Amino acid sequence: MAIEAEGLRKRYGDTEVLKGVDLSVPEGTVLGVLGPNGAGKTTTVRILATLLPPDDGRATVAGHDVVEQPMEVRRRIGLAGQYAAVDERLTGRENLTLIGRLYRLGRAGARKRAGELLERFELTHAADRETKTYSGGMRRRLDLAASLLAEPAVLFLDEPTTGLDLTSRMTLWSMVREQVDAGVTVLLTTQYLEEADHLADRIAVIDKGQVIADGTPDELKRKVGGERLEVSLADASGAAEALRMLERVSVGPAVTADDGRTLTVPVASGIGAIAEAAAVLRDRGVEVTDFAMRRPSLDDVFLSLTGQADGAETIEKQEVTA
Amino acid sequence: MGELVDDVMALTGRHMRHILRVPEKLIGVTIAPVVMVLIFGYLFGSAMTVPGNGNYREYIMAGIFTMVMFSAIGTSAAGVADDLKNGLVDRFRSLPMSRYAVLLGRTVSDLAMTALSCVVMAAVGLLIGWRAHHGLLKTLAGFGLLLLLGFTMCWLGALIGLVVRSPEAVNTIASLMTMPFAFLSNSFVPLDGLPRWMQIMAEWNPISAVVSGCRELWGNPSTTVSDALPAQHPVLTALLTCGVLLAVVAPLSSRAYNRAAAH
Repeated sequence: MAIEAEGLRKRYGDTEVLKGVDLSVPEGTVLGVLGPNGAGKTTTVRILATLLPPDDGRATVAGHDVVEQPMEVRRRIGLAGQYAAVDERLTGRENLTLIGRLYRLGRAGARKRAGELLERFELTHAADRETKTYSGGMRRRLDLAASLLAEPAVLFLDEPTTGLDLTSRMTLWSMVREQVDAGVTVLLTTQYLEEADHLADRIAVIDKGQVIADGTPDELKRKVGGERLEVSLADASGAAEALRMLERVSVGPAVTADDGRTLTVPVASGIGAIAEAAAVLRDRGVEVTDFAMRRPSLDDVFLSLTGQADGAETIEKQEVTA
Repeated sequence: MGELVDDVMALTGRHMRHILRVPEKLIGVTIAPVVMVLIFGYLFGSAMTVPGNGNYREYIMAGIFTMVMFSAIGTSAAGVADDLKNGLVDRFRSLPMSRYAVLLGRTVSDLAMTALSCVVMAAVGLLIGWRAHHGLLKTLAGFGLLLLLGFTMCWLGALIGLVVRSPEAVNTIASLMTMPFAFLSNSFVPLDGLPRWMQIMAEWNPISAVVSGCRELWGNPSTTVSDALPAQHPVLTALLTCGVLLAVVAPLSSRAYNRAAAH
C-alpha cells in the first residue's frame, strides 16, 4: 500500500473534524476522496502530507510513518493544495527552480528539471513571465508541476480543479492521468463527482469526519440502485397505458415525471429488458421521442449517502463554478 | 548545516527578486528613511533644544535609525502573512527542507534590507551634520547594535504574521506597536520631563537602550536622567534586552511556523 491510514482523529476545540478515518491506496492507483465542504477532506490530506499531526490513529505514506518519519515522507510526496501555491512575483521558471532547490536537486539540477516540467505542462511560452499574469488554469498547472519536481511516489491533490473552467479542468485531468500511467499513486480530494468518476480507480465518500462508503465508482453506483429505463412520450394522453406496459418489464415501481410524459422504470440490466420494452411500445403504436437507459450517476450516490441537503448544496456549487 | 545554508540562500534569492520587482518595497527601504531624517532633523530640530546645548540633529539620528529598525516588524509580518495566505507556507512545509530555513530566509533578507536603509540614512545624516566621533570600530559597533535590534524585530514580525495571519490585520497591529515602543523611548525627546513611572518604562524599553547605546558609541549628545542600569550601561542593556527578546521570540516563531495552517 502506498498510503495506509487507520483511525485518524482530529479535533479542533469542540469540533471533531475527523472521527476515525481509514484509507488505503495501493501503489499506482488513484483514490478519490469525495465529500461536501467541511467533511474533513483537507484535514485528512494535511495529516497524510505531514502538515498536521493526528490526535489519534496512524498513517504511513510511501512506507514511512507520517508522525515518526516526516522527513522521509516529505522526500517521497508531492502536494498541490487548494489554492495554487505559487509566488506571484516570481516567473514560472523561478518558482519551479526555487522549489527544486529546496528539494535539494542542486542549482543546475533544479534549473534543468524546471525546464522539463515547464515544457511538459505547456508553460514554456510563459516561463519567464511573472506568475501574477497567469490565468487560473496556468497557475494550477504550475502548482502541479511544482509538486512533481522531485518525482514523488505519492501525489496529494487537494481539490486541484476547484474554480477552473471545463477546458482547464480537462487539461489538468489528462496531466494527472499521465502521472498515474507513469506509476505515481494519487490521492485526490474533490467536490466534483465527475472528477472522481473520471480520475479515480476507487472512491472514498467522506462526510462529517468519517468514511461512509468506499469502492470503485461502479460499485458505488450499484449500491444506490441498478439501471433505469427512461421513456419520453410524444403525448401525455398515452402515459397511463405506456406505464402499464412498461411495468411488465420493470423490477420495481415505475415513476411518472411532473410533465406527465416522462416515465422511469427500474429494469434488470442487459439487452433483454430494453428489447422487450421497445417491442411492447412499438406494438401498441405508442409514439416515443426519447428512449434511454440511465445508470445512476455519482451524484445519485452522493445524494443518497450524504443526505439531500448537503448533496444538493454541493451540486449547486458545482454548477456555479463549472 | 550546509543544507540549511543552501535553503536560506535559495529563499533569500526569492526575497531579493521581490525587492527588485516591487518598486514600493525599494522605496520603503530607501526613500522613506531619508524623508524621516530630513523631517525630524529640520522640522523638530528647528524647535527643540537638547539639554546641555547638544546638537539636536546629532541627538536625533540614533532615534531615527532605531525607528527604521523597528519598522522591520511590519515588513516581516506582512511577508509571512502573505506566504501563509497564498499557500506557500503549506508547500514549504511539505518539502524535505530544514524547519528553520523559511523563517531564517525571511528574517535574514529583511535584515539585509534594513542594513541598506542604514547605509542610506547614514549618508543623509552625514550631509545634514551628523557625525560619529569615536572612530571606526565604535561607529560600526553602534550599527551592530542597530542590526541586532533589527534582526530581533524581524523575528517578532514573523511571529506576529504567523499568529495574526491576515495581511490587513498585520499592518494595523504593527503600526499600533510603533506607538508605545518607538515613541515611549528617548528616540526623539529627552526623558527628563516624564513622570517617574513613564521614565522607568522608557528606560527599560529596548529601543531606548539601543538609542542610548548608539549615542554613547558615536559620541552624540545623550541625556542621562537616572542612575538605573539602562541609563548607566546602555550598550550592555541593549545587548541584554535584544538578546532576551530574540531568544524568546525566535523559538516561538519556529513553533508557530511548524503549526501554521493557511486557514
